[in-house]
Amino acid sequence: MMEAARQRYRTLEIDAGKYWLTLAVLGAAIGVGLLAAYYMEHHGHWVTGMSNQIVWGMPHVFAILLIVAASGALNVASMGSVFGEARYKPLSRISGLIAVALLVGGLLILVLDLGRPDRLIVAMTTYNFKSIFAWNIFLYTGFVVIAVVYLWMFFEPRMGRFSSRVGILAFVWRIVLTTGTGSIFGFLVARNAYDAAIMAPLFVAMSLSVGTALFMLITCAVLRVNNEDIAAEWLLRLRRLNGIFVAVVLYFTVVQIVAGMYVAEHGEIVRFILSDGGSITGIFWIGQILIGSVLPMILFFHPRLAEMRWIMTAAMLVVIGGVAHLYVIIIGGQAVPMELFPGKTELSSFYDGVVAGYSPSVPELLLGLGGIAVSLFLIVVALRVLPFLPAAPVPRKSPR
Amino acid sequence: MSENQHKGRGERRTFFAQVSAGAALLALAPGFRLIDLAVGKNDDEPARPDVRWGMFVDTTRCAEGCTDCVDACNTEHGLQGFDRPQTDAQWIRKLDLEDDQTGQTWSLPMMCQHCESPPCVDVCPTGASFVRDDGIVLVDKHTCIGCRYCMMACPYKARSFIHEDLTDQRPHSPRGKGTVESCNFCVHRVDGNRLPACVEACSDAGHNALVFGDLNDAESTVSKRLSTMQTSQVRDDLGLNTAVRYHGV
Repeated sequence: MMEAARQRYRTLEIDAGKYWLTLAVLGAAIGVGLLAAYYMEHHGHWVTGMSNQIVWGMPHVFAILLIVAASGALNVASMGSVFGEARYKPLSRISGLIAVALLVGGLLILVLDLGRPDRLIVAMTTYNFKSIFAWNIFLYTGFVVIAVVYLWMFFEPRMGRFSSRVGILAFVWRIVLTTGTGSIFGFLVARNAYDAAIMAPLFVAMSLSVGTALFMLITCAVLRVNNEDIAAEWLLRLRRLNGIFVAVVLYFTVVQIVAGMYVAEHGEIVRFILSDGGSITGIFWIGQILIGSVLPMILFFHPRLAEMRWIMTAAMLVVIGGVAHLYVIIIGGQAVPMELFPGKTELSSFYDGVVAGYSPSVPELLLGLGGIAVSLFLIVVALRVLPFLPAAPVPRKSPR
Repeated sequence: MSENQHKGRGERRTFFAQVSAGAALLALAPGFRLIDLAVGKNDDEPARPDVRWGMFVDTTRCAEGCTDCVDACNTEHGLQGFDRPQTDAQWIRKLDLEDDQTGQTWSLPMMCQHCESPPCVDVCPTGASFVRDDGIVLVDKHTCIGCRYCMMACPYKARSFIHEDLTDQRPHSPRGKGTVESCNFCVHRVDGNRLPACVEACSDAGHNALVFGDLNDAESTVSKRLSTMQTSQVRDDLGLNTAVRYHGV
């Protein structure tokens, strides 16, 4: 408790011109994203790359990336208050802030891609409790509420004694949240690409990996603005931890593919991803495996690469790999034709039996980037007005 | 309300009499429409839980290249194409199959299978996708938010998302941009004691590959067909208990 009491926090020490310029750039990106959403809603979804074959497109890749990353970004706060790692406690505030901001950005993309975003109130008031989607609405809003309460504990010294209890709740909640997000796919019995319980732990692992990487990127960037010493012990430890998370994601991916190879009916989806899927195969091997898994693991684990620039490069690669991974899951999983009659070649005017094509349209990309801009906008404003950033070297100054 | 119901019963009685007379005449004619409706209802009456509407598809009678059922559906529900086949709505489609081993071919209509346990209904966050008491799977266009999760979940690729503004809609089949839709067994016709448009068209063409009726009525033609002829459910491994059963494939 003494350590916590000694810890000083600062706001983002950025000069006014740069601050407003940053907000203007992010605001413009948000504006363009909103215009893209309006364009899609006004004309209908035919102006996007989505179709009756690929019903979830690039907006879902961005949205789910931000949502799982939100859960993972809270890792550092959990380590401080749940696992008793005192050296991470000064970073708890920014950890909670990034988590909330990423989730809000992700949800906004999801909502604005609905066919009827104007019916958000219907989605918030009319529930089918058998739907994993409906559960997720509660999991996401609940996460925001819990994370905000958690943040309040960090800011209010008198509430500090409750922080570990709220921390445990937040920790359990976010594991359930990513389990729920993975199960959106895991519960889809219709499609061989999904329909697997492993989707839940895979998404949990992905959230830890991408969330920690995004946390490191954002936190180091803003600490650098404040001229804080960032080449600290916590970063080196997070580096190893993120490497382990990347390895766990790779492990689940390998298990999923090996299981698929073993089951004849899943052979087509496995062949599609590994060799026959054209751009999906390329994105899998280059994006997900090489850029998203192998290179970051080398950078995170190689003893001679324990430097700031390599850690940041690796974190960036993990995020790019996360986008590739979700693209392969979401787009690749829908592109493979569903088998209505196994053992028979199917042909129809509705693209039965053929691989569905998909090219992300500009509005979809702009909507996704707009959502990311919302997250960053919230982070920058919050950092400017409230003292989220640790002022002393992290971890604490030596007690003398 | 009770007066309406009474009136409804009266109308039904008259209807039964007319249908019986018509049936007596038509019973001798070959190709008589294979339907046992006579359980229509007024708009203010709830669907009957003792009825389960279903369809028998005889693929041995379904002609390759014939799209009469598809055309009739498109006309009935005003499903105009925009020359964008990737996004144009299709409630029923002809599926041509070829056995990978033997080369045997089939042609059959594919549409919403009106499952007893529909995955689309399970996953719908707002409950917009629902099963009516008489087994017809419908989408409430007022509560559908257009999330498309039902399209991800449907094993039959039976659903379409409306990708654009629509004009010239049919009053009995309202649709709306940004929502999801699928075959509704021509619920407006069924409630009025009429056959679904596809069944009628198939019958008019003389194929009689489609038989529609009450699966819960052991005396209905559809039940008799199902109890005497070998049929299968598409993706029966999923255990969804579909209301559409196929013979010959």
